[in-house]
Amino acid sequence: MINKTVANVTEACKGVEDGMTFMLGGFGLSGIPENSIAELVRLNVSEVTCISNNAGVDNFGLGQLLQKHQIKKMISSYVGENAEFERQMLSGELEVELIPQGTLAQRCLAAQSGIPAFYTPAGYGTEVADGKESREFKGKMHLMERAFEANFAFVKAWKGDEAGNLIFKGTARNFNPNMCGAATITVAEVEELLPAGSLDPNQIHIPGIFVQRIFQGERYEKRIEQLTVRKKG
Amino acid sequence: MLDKNQIAQRIAKEVKDGYYVNLGIGIPTLVANFVREDIEVDFQSENGILGMGPFPFDGEEDPDLINAGKQTITALPGASFFDSATSFSMIRGQHVDLTILGAMEVSQNGDIANWKIPGKMVKGMGGAMDLVASADNIIVAMMHTNRAGQSKLLKDCSLPLTGVNCVKKIVSNLAVLEVKDGRFKLLERAPGVSVDEIKEATEGELIIEGDIPEMKF
Repeated sequence: MINKTVANVTEACKGVEDGMTFMLGGFGLSGIPENSIAELVRLNVSEVTCISNNAGVDNFGLGQLLQKHQIKKMISSYVGENAEFERQMLSGELEVELIPQGTLAQRCLAAQSGIPAFYTPAGYGTEVADGKESREFKGKMHLMERAFEANFAFVKAWKGDEAGNLIFKGTARNFNPNMCGAATITVAEVEELLPAGSLDPNQIHIPGIFVQRIFQGERYEKRIEQLTVRKKG
Repeated sequence: MLDKNQIAQRIAKEVKDGYYVNLGIGIPTLVANFVREDIEVDFQSENGILGMGPFPFDGEEDPDLINAGKQTITALPGASFFDSATSFSMIRGQHVDLTILGAMEVSQNGDIANWKIPGKMVKGMGGAMDLVASADNIIVAMMHTNRAGQSKLLKDCSLPLTGVNCVKKIVSNLAVLEVKDGRFKLLERAPGVSVDEIKEATEGELIIEGDIPEMKF
């Protein structure tokens, strides 16, 4: 068993530098790598490019990096619900590349699986197509999209083991599995880190080969963005 | 004239037994409340659930269980969770039968704009571009006019597009329309709304054939 365990978030983020490109899992605030983000804020790493479906909210998630102007460029699909993001984008302080959500996921998957580019119909005929090669397949137009290139992928799983195997929970799974192995170094933080052999191999979502460093997050706030409930009875 | 719930109620009639359905944010989310109870329908949310259930009871919410609108939800018996790439395999691979989404503008050839107002508002397209580029069956839920009374059913969209030639049907607060041969074919009127009122509120070309019936719910 190859042990991927590192002692803490500081060890996990070793090698992070200004100007790097990071992938960060999560959808909204669900399944975001909270502890790694907090460390990136503490390290004050700057001029970074972040590939993440959303940009957090003003004071949580990637919003914390935005507030400190650490992010040079965001690559996302949906950035509503973040006033500071919108302000920085409209004022030109922040470079933003908005891309279709399925394209974002597939560009992660392509990077993970050694596929340099692929064709998708999403965005054809829109400004997303600007500068991209298009091609017809089965009578329908498609755009060529390329695999992402990133230095670090920060993902969050529910349970993991020393071998770096990961299990996700609910819809906190989202982009996290697709980003594993899609960057030079994948850092996985988990709510519960277990000895090898504790997880049933049948239930593993992401095999440890896609993960370079794993640690147990110190705490998880798991903030809810839109609390919606119904009354009993 | 219909309110948002009535638009959702009318759209719910388009949901058929055995459908996998993706609901967008806003009015489309309300459609789930009006689907007939005697049919089997599974709702997909593109952040990674098939078999989405109603909102949780107070105190039973789970931050690891949300829909694409980031609202807390529940999972029904038979539900499954999956990653984002798998989710969009369902969508682009045309395994989802019906997509219902909102729009800022729709044009008479079926173009849709719903993600950006240059210089003012940029929320992003989320999954909308993947959905409209792939789905065979797309229904748009929208208000017929904006707050200033200007038509949102146009000859050509003025806002940045989300997709081209993709919208099949529109249910607005005034009417049900089909995109046909590069024009809006009027199918139904909202209760109490005249054909002239719909003409007045529609900038795009209309096809009006025979008597246009009132919507039934």
